[in-house]
Amino acid sequence: MQDVANVAVSVKSLSYEYRPASGTSSSSSNNVLDNISFSVNEGDLLGVIGPNGAGKTTLFSCMLGLLKDYLGEIRIFDYDVRKNSRVLQDIGYIPQQKSIDQGFPATVQEIVSLGMGGKKNSSKEEMVASALKMVDLSGQDRTRIGELSGGQQQRVLIAKALVNEPKLLILDEPTTSVDVETQNKFYAMVKALNQKSKITIIWASHDLDAVNRIANKVMCLNRTMFFHGDAHEFFESDELIRLYSESSMQLHMHSHSNQNKNFGSKLIEKT
Amino acid sequence: MVFEILQYSFMQRAILSGVAVAVTCSVVGLFLVLRRQSLFGDALSHAAFGGIAVGLLTSVYPLWTALVISVLSSLGITKLRQSTKIPPDAAVAVMLSSGLAIGIVLIGLAGGFSLDLESFLFGSILLVSLQDQIMILLLSAAVLVIIVKLYRQLVYITFDENQARVSGINVTALNYLFIGLASLAVIASLRLVGVLLISSLIVIPNITAMMFGKGFKKTIIISIIIGVSSVLGGIVMSYVLNLAPGGTIVILSIAILLGTVGARSIAKSIRLYRSSTNKEKSLTKIT
Repeated sequence: MQDVANVAVSVKSLSYEYRPASGTSSSSSNNVLDNISFSVNEGDLLGVIGPNGAGKTTLFSCMLGLLKDYLGEIRIFDYDVRKNSRVLQDIGYIPQQKSIDQGFPATVQEIVSLGMGGKKNSSKEEMVASALKMVDLSGQDRTRIGELSGGQQQRVLIAKALVNEPKLLILDEPTTSVDVETQNKFYAMVKALNQKSKITIIWASHDLDAVNRIANKVMCLNRTMFFHGDAHEFFESDELIRLYSESSMQLHMHSHSNQNKNFGSKLIEKT
Repeated sequence: MVFEILQYSFMQRAILSGVAVAVTCSVVGLFLVLRRQSLFGDALSHAAFGGIAVGLLTSVYPLWTALVISVLSSLGITKLRQSTKIPPDAAVAVMLSSGLAIGIVLIGLAGGFSLDLESFLFGSILLVSLQDQIMILLLSAAVLVIIVKLYRQLVYITFDENQARVSGINVTALNYLFIGLASLAVIASLRLVGVLLISSLIVIPNITAMMFGKGFKKTIIISIIIGVSSVLGGIVMSYVLNLAPGGTIVILSIAILLGTVGARSIAKSIRLYRSSTNKEKSLTKIT
């Protein structure tokens, strides 16, 4: 009997456009995501690559129920995220590196405990200690969050995302502003979470080399989806990488130009 | 002296109500300070001033009318802020001035200031009636029970609203509820501290407690200790020295704040001195 992997995430014909706020003079809308369809199997580690402004954060915001006025359908573990917010309890989310108020009066344990939803399999202390161990911060539970370095604070946020034992982890460029050593530790941890803890991971990153080393699937996003498939297929094709790089450059130069769309269509034709 | 003070029933009422108010303001205040809404207490109390004027004019128990007006204003201003993207400080300014304006107009209609209205502006120990005390205790208990019940969610939205929303918390509903609770805390404090000084009871114990550099729960406990000490000390001092209680309470809390700042800088100087002496000693050993 053939082993069929369960689908963790299914996105069908997703489109999203930012509309100008009421009261502003601009009447034009900003199409950020255009007809995107893909699925992620349980146990996959999907690297989402694309330049700044490609729509990665918007995609995640739709998947996490932060944006609801999109076209299309998003199902996570077979639940429509717009209709059933309880599925969010199975998702751990780590946003782009954000600065934490140094004066915020909370210990590492208190911050990690925030991530504990309805699930109570063991004691609070045990769950927090286990999550901190996964991010290599054992023994720091009584430290105030403001006393940690930027990289350590980011790991605390990861522990917060892990403490509820999520089945799906969404990482939105979490290592953008940390040093190379911290980045490498983070990549090793992401790989271990995927392979040892069997957590499905969707990870947005600008670091193509890291995605090549860790992810088994890759999605190229630049408002439209240019490529979705096996990571080795993408990284072993010089042609795909070249077209991806060119389309990324185009976005920086002419974010709404037709030229950019042409590069996109050329790339998707190749896939 | 203390036993003598405790013999009077009005002082017993003031002390019991004062402790309840200090605890409630400290707990609510930490969330307000961390959410950059320190002046919200001021705005709520000024809205309540309009409500007190309505009560005095219509001969309805003023704390009831203040409660209704204050809660409605806080919910209205939250809705206005969310739907029109008015900056938070501007929204606070709108609520503050509109509450005061309504109050002044109504007082003019009633023929000017009365002693009762003045007591609401500046606070009073003598005028805390049994009815006031019951209301203060009920409001404080309600606020504290709800905050204890929703503690994790409230800390989460204070730390990061977006991440709280992603974890499945209904942030919008919780924001409305919290601002409603802050209104109740303000109304509970009106009799004792007065409209003009309430925000200091909300802010000062918390910024002092935050200087101790502890976690969330410990900061709340330190803030409660500072708040309760200020209120009890203020009540006793105002009775003994015949001073205005609201002002005395606030001056005492400011004294604790300044004392903490001073102690911290002395401790820092000692640490720096010790570390430089140690460096000198180790350099001497090397040479």
